[in-house]
Amino acid sequence: MTKWKEKFMEFIFLIAACTSVMAVVLICIFLFANGIPAMKEIGFLNFLLGEKWKPSNNIFGILPMILGSIYVTAGAIVIGVPIGVLTSIFMAKFCPKKIYTFLKSSIELMAGIPSVVYGFFGLVILVPFVRETFGGHGSSILTASLLLGMMILPTIVGVSEAALRAVPDQYYEGALALGSTHERSIFFVVLPAAKSGIVAAIVLGIGRAIGETMAVIMVAGNQARMPAGILKGVRTLTANIVIEMGYAADLHREALIATAVVLFVFILIINLSVSVLNRRS
Amino acid sequence: MEIINKHTLKGSLKSYRNNPFSAFLFLLVMLATVLSFLTLLFLVGYILINGIPNISLDLFDFTYTTENASVMPALINTLIMTALALLVSGPIGIFSAIYLVEYAKRDNRLVNVIRITAETLAGIPSIVYGLFGLLFFVTALGWSYSILAGAFTLAIMILPLIMRTTEEALKSVPDVYREGSYGLGAGKLRTVFKIVLPAAVPGILAGIILATGRIVGETAALIYTAGTVAQIPKNLMSSGRTLSVHMYNLASEGLYMNQAYATAVVLLIIVVIINTISGVVAKKITKE
Repeated sequence: MTKWKEKFMEFIFLIAACTSVMAVVLICIFLFANGIPAMKEIGFLNFLLGEKWKPSNNIFGILPMILGSIYVTAGAIVIGVPIGVLTSIFMAKFCPKKIYTFLKSSIELMAGIPSVVYGFFGLVILVPFVRETFGGHGSSILTASLLLGMMILPTIVGVSEAALRAVPDQYYEGALALGSTHERSIFFVVLPAAKSGIVAAIVLGIGRAIGETMAVIMVAGNQARMPAGILKGVRTLTANIVIEMGYAADLHREALIATAVVLFVFILIINLSVSVLNRRS
Repeated sequence: MEIINKHTLKGSLKSYRNNPFSAFLFLLVMLATVLSFLTLLFLVGYILINGIPNISLDLFDFTYTTENASVMPALINTLIMTALALLVSGPIGIFSAIYLVEYAKRDNRLVNVIRITAETLAGIPSIVYGLFGLLFFVTALGWSYSILAGAFTLAIMILPLIMRTTEEALKSVPDVYREGSYGLGAGKLRTVFKIVLPAAVPGILAGIILATGRIVGETAALIYTAGTVAQIPKNLMSSGRTLSVHMYNLASEGLYMNQAYATAVVLLIIVVIINTISGVVAKKITKE
């Protein structure tokens, strides 16, 4: 009796463990089965490298959105990574113990704030700010980059702080003993030793920025044309799906699913590089 | 010894004067840190200052009208959605972690596959989940825009999170516990449920709280699965918007800016509550 029960429960646990495999398989099947035929119909290269997205004329080229996602993400990295890594250095090596708990929970708060709230903040603060300081409409690559740079901060600070703390103390002490100052030891000995962890943090940040949807929609302008400048509006892959899915039908709808396939492949590549990085360290 | 290692203000100033480059690096670090935390302070402060005066009783009316733009239905929907998604994902996530930690052999190929797929799931952007939910739950299974479709989509989304945290919690239970239980004649199943799981509860709880935070903040995965109806749903098969979706609609319509500020405050308060609870739980774990 108990033997039977043991076997039965082990089977249940196994089934539960296979759920995640099943979920990934289902997601792949449903996305690819709907997206690949559309890509074939539009033409693989026409779809990926087409510079025009005009669903009403049956022209589906997503190059503007691919570039949009890449530009906005690159901007977020340029803004978020230096600030994030420097902040993580402060958290790991400079922060007085008394305020550490408070700052740490602030970063956790930053990570927990929903993306719509960030988007709303971008809409009411960053958009007018960019409009008045730099001109243009305000909804632009720059605005989206600023906002995303803010949003990836907690990820970058958290992961690179852990990487810095994982570096053995002897490295730091050795550098001090050779006569370097506190700052030099950290920047030229500890930081290089934590390199792979910090790269992993950056890649995670890229993943977050490229997948972000709602906040970007609220500040990027969303014009489906080739990016024309840092102060001009842009549409990302994620935004393209959300904005048009509500009313799309037939080939248009499938083209949007194909957009998700492209996004999915991007994310798979990023995930793969994260796990390669993790395995190496 | 203490005194030798102690930095005095005068000492550090002198050292910085001798090493301008170090001083420069120090300034850089401080500048970035101040910038990071000022941004957060500004965001939270701005929303609180503009939102708190707009919180009124009307905002918490049980029916949504175009006049009050009440958050109450959305709040209730968020609760239902969180409960449902956790109800689906919690047992599956905990059971799969039990399989991975307690049952699977180390060089099992299946375990590797499960790990890789869980990692993949964790990285998928929420809009892709939303699209999958639309294709699978809403269209293929014919659930239409419904709370149930939204909850199942979110359940898949939080599954890797619950799996990973539970796994870590189970791994941190010392093997002595298991050996003691076997020594007293308990079977594997009894050991898992009576000894290992209770010891891992705080860690599992921490994962569930994290998952709750993700559910509350989610928008993109819900717009095309749970829909955007702003009322309390009649049953699980009807559409309903959660607080974040509500917030997005208010802000993008642009007609209810005051209510949008107030809704942002409500969301912030919920996030602070969730973070506080998880902080308390985390402290409990480290104490043990």
